[in-house]
Amino acid sequence: MIVAEKKPLAEIKASLGSARRILLIGCNTCVAECAAGGPKETALMASALRIAYDKAGEKIEVREASLDRQCVHEFLAEVGEEVNWTEAVLSLACGAGVQALARFYPQSVIIPALNTQFIGTTVEAGVWAEDCSGCGNCKLAYFAAVCPLTRCAKKLLNGPCGGSNNGKCEVSPDLDCAWQMIYDRLTALNQLDRLKEFVPPNDWSTSHSGRPRVIIREDRRV
Amino acid sequence: MNLESRLARVLAAGHFAVTAECGPPQGADSQPIQEKGKLIKDVVDAVNVTDNQTAVVRLSSLASAVLLKEMGIEPVLQIVTRDRNRIALQSDLLGASALGVRNVLCLTGDHQSFGNQKAAQGVYDLDSIQLVYAARIMRDEGRLLDGTRLKSSPKLFIGAAANPFADPLGLRVTRLAKKIYAGANFIQTQCIYDTARFEVWLNGARQEGLTEKVYILGGVTPLKSVRMAEYMKANVAGIEVPDEAIKRIKGVPNKDQGAEGIKMAVETIEWLKGLDGVAGVHVMAIGWEEKVPEILEAAGLSPRAKLEKASQ
Repeated sequence: MIVAEKKPLAEIKASLGSARRILLIGCNTCVAECAAGGPKETALMASALRIAYDKAGEKIEVREASLDRQCVHEFLAEVGEEVNWTEAVLSLACGAGVQALARFYPQSVIIPALNTQFIGTTVEAGVWAEDCSGCGNCKLAYFAAVCPLTRCAKKLLNGPCGGSNNGKCEVSPDLDCAWQMIYDRLTALNQLDRLKEFVPPNDWSTSHSGRPRVIIREDRRV
Repeated sequence: MNLESRLARVLAAGHFAVTAECGPPQGADSQPIQEKGKLIKDVVDAVNVTDNQTAVVRLSSLASAVLLKEMGIEPVLQIVTRDRNRIALQSDLLGASALGVRNVLCLTGDHQSFGNQKAAQGVYDLDSIQLVYAARIMRDEGRLLDGTRLKSSPKLFIGAAANPFADPLGLRVTRLAKKIYAGANFIQTQCIYDTARFEVWLNGARQEGLTEKVYILGGVTPLKSVRMAEYMKANVAGIEVPDEAIKRIKGVPNKDQGAEGIKMAVETIEWLKGLDGVAGVHVMAIGWEEKVPEILEAAGLSPRAKLEKASQ
């Protein structure tokens, strides 16, 4: 899923500026799963905004909506009436959802309420971790299903570096060393010899480094 | 291989090589690096110039290397992959060669979160082993990573680092083998305090025949005080200071701790000289360059070997 976190309320308020009719739009998919922008968080943020403006002695009108997926065109039309009413839309989706709204409603002010963080997993209740960089050329089959480009702080493909200590990364004792994980998994799979091979420089042209990527599939076009 | 590198010739002649290290200053003056150079000029075969070590912005390593070279000191240019992509790295290897720098040490570098530019983008387009590989094919095959033919090849004696003290131990010899495969001619190790662990690693390397394929220079950093020893143990990534070493330096009065640290460094060098598969020593006297001549003299490594001029 795409994992995100709520922005500080003060930053959101500053971005809203002079808008007094505000529509909050949550998203029921990834950001609901990571408890940042689902219907529940949308309701909480609406209350928090009402209270904050009230305290400041300012009058605002807040409406709420939640879409199944803000990143999918078909769902966006559902909120057309409210969007027309509003002076600013506050999107609780990931960065893709925010931009999808903006594409769909070119005349409207669209403001992000979240900081989109990464493609990750729920490791345990309340803990999310980054696992994938979307590099466009998945190497997990080679590295025992642990991504060194994402999970090693130095993106090492021939790792580990000299800072691997007791299974932890030199960057933080809270961070597992990806190369220790790769080593442990390959040991368990009896494939340790794989680490003797020199891995040549990565081809970043398939990643965002090349350009913003677009996929066009003729079989899916209407 | 005629590389016009003194370090390469010293090692090829079978002499026990001595390198030291100079960290460039956090400023635009040439004087600090020249002063450090002066302190060690005549007692070492070559001097490493660190590349924005610990991710702190300093005078560029290539500029510093050239400043040392102008004083008649042979530099070992350290290049990290943290700050430059392969376009800049390959360009710098060409530039270094054009400026007469004949030794490079290819590193990944300390993570940017340790330095003074914590908001920096870490590049890591290549890792250290891939940089070694790039340098080797540029030199030996006259081409760049993408295959482009060079009009002329850089003349470089190629080095890499090894840390026998990092985990997992099982991969440390594998990493060394990969660095040699990629093209490393010499290795400078992390500073050694845990001699037992170093020997485990060296034995592993010897068993794989790696010590026959590469020159290994053992790293030595004299401890100035018990405070420094404890700081390094607790805070410096990849450095292991055993409790016995700390106990030993703690056992002498504060004012004598520096002298004890130097004595320990000298003992480490003496021990390195006797190890089969170790070709030299790399002394990293961080901020204590003035002690390097004394350490080397006490270790019986002065003066340096006189060599015939390389045939052109």
